[in-house]
Amino acid sequence: MKALVIAQLTFREGLRKKLVWGVLLLSVLFVVLYVWGFHLFVEDWRQMEARRAERGVPPAGTYEIFASAMVLLGLWTVNFLSGVMTIFASVGTIASEIDAGTLQAIVPKPIRRWEIVLGKYLGFAGMLALYIVAMVASVILTARVVGDYTPPNVVQGTLLILLVSLILLSLTVFGSTFLSTVTNGVVVFMLYGMAITGGLVEQVGTALDNDLLIRIGVISSIVVPSDSMWRLASYLFQPRLAVNFLGPNPFGTTMPPSAFAVQYAVAYAFVLLLAAMLVFRKRDL
Amino acid sequence: MTATGSAPSQARPVSVVPVIESFGLRKVYGDRVAVEDLSLEVYEGEVFGFLGPNGAGKTTSVKMLVGLIQPTAGTARILGRPLGDLEARRRIGFLPELFRFHDWLRGEELLDLHGKLYGMSREERRRRIPEVLELVGLAGVGHLRVRTYSKGMQQRIGIAQALLNNPRVVFLDEPTSALDPLGRRDVRELILRLKSEGVTIFLNSHLLSEVESVCDRVAIVNHGRVVATGPMSELLSRELTVEFRLGALPDGVVGGLAAYVQVETVADGPRPVVVARAADETAIARAVDYLVRAGAPVYGVVPERRTLEEVFVDIVSREGAEPR
Repeated sequence: MKALVIAQLTFREGLRKKLVWGVLLLSVLFVVLYVWGFHLFVEDWRQMEARRAERGVPPAGTYEIFASAMVLLGLWTVNFLSGVMTIFASVGTIASEIDAGTLQAIVPKPIRRWEIVLGKYLGFAGMLALYIVAMVASVILTARVVGDYTPPNVVQGTLLILLVSLILLSLTVFGSTFLSTVTNGVVVFMLYGMAITGGLVEQVGTALDNDLLIRIGVISSIVVPSDSMWRLASYLFQPRLAVNFLGPNPFGTTMPPSAFAVQYAVAYAFVLLLAAMLVFRKRDL
Repeated sequence: MTATGSAPSQARPVSVVPVIESFGLRKVYGDRVAVEDLSLEVYEGEVFGFLGPNGAGKTTSVKMLVGLIQPTAGTARILGRPLGDLEARRRIGFLPELFRFHDWLRGEELLDLHGKLYGMSREERRRRIPEVLELVGLAGVGHLRVRTYSKGMQQRIGIAQALLNNPRVVFLDEPTSALDPLGRRDVRELILRLKSEGVTIFLNSHLLSEVESVCDRVAIVNHGRVVATGPMSELLSRELTVEFRLGALPDGVVGGLAAYVQVETVADGPRPVVVARAADETAIARAVDYLVRAGAPVYGVVPERRTLEEVFVDIVSREGAEPR
């Protein structure tokens, strides 16, 4: 299948981007700091427990909640970094190749135009999947090894973080079939920011029991369902105890999106990818 | 590149099997008409020159034929199949005017990529890549990154990419724009070699001498439509300028001559010379016949064969310049 030739090329090309290496470097730095931070947290906790024991106070019994919060922070960062990586790695994927003229020798080959779009999508998706799996694994392993804590639903949660990236990837690839690289970057990043803000507004609305704020959050998650999928991931990654203890907060939620929301998000990514193929099919190069 | 015999155009009658046929291809951008009406036929095994001034719609036409631009109207067939047909594309080679490649790849990797896109097997690619590198004069630099190539070398690898699949039809859009005179000669020889192998070549060029030396037939486009087309030899002799060297010029002969040719200058004297334009060679023969009958001894008829450039300038300026 010719799309795989393009996917392979895209994967290699992605790895050549300075931005991708920047994010990777930042990620390594993050993992190092995270391991160190988790270690400090565990040390502190042990000292506190030791002091309580000295004073004869029974153990707090809330270690799981705080360890889970640590994991949540780590995964939130992974989610954010992979989102940024998705947008900036793929922002010019079609637009910049049209500008540079590199597609002019590719498109007349015996390959369908939609295969080119699909190939690019698969190339980036593969790169992002590797990144996300590696990063989630780093966080989970840190929690396990350093903190002796394992969060629940790791597989589902990881798939949801991947879905977040695929939503953003569809959006970016779609934009790049008709917008210039810079315009596309601005538009997609604004939408991404809007989704995150919308998610925060919804949490505030939940905390204050304000219907309007909640509705704003819901609408934003219809426009770009990336943040709502993260909220669901965060909900799944935490034990019920931790969810209830933390309440509405910037990194998670007490009211997880429904299964329908997941279907909507998958359909959203799929339809935008199809739209990208359709637009590119008619595009003059 | 290896030199083959450089006997140009005149030899070898071309076949009548149309390989490229277009019927009223048209491209409009907003209210700007880029290509008004492109209707032409290119036959198997011929080198077809596609000429026109800047902005005449040459590149847009080629891009429509290779599937980069959607025509607003009209249809075309390549190798008997509709535009965009994958089976036809497998046997087409194309060098874009703007030859830009994924230049972070090595030369061989770039060709490998394009080979895969053509659906060539690993074996075929391994065999063919060194062959085409040799063919375009890039043997020995295939391991270098394309970015380090000179403009000329990049154009050469562009040609290599277009020939990788042993195409039956090759579209070359300004294939020598970045090449020096030696490089141009190489490409000319390559074109003739491909022609000798029966490959059909659609050559888009504004280098008229290049077109004149390799093409069998040409089409001249202006304002997005074909304004002249035909075999090179016919086009060049379509309007001949002839010098009649006479022994005498009886009264009224110049006027009578005008029935056969268009008289341009008359130099009277003991050996009068009349320069005239003739529509074709028959007209000259009839003019000579008339002169003899009218009592003007003809000592010599010197045809001035026009160059393609003169024909081109003539046709295009008659059409009027680009309305911009």
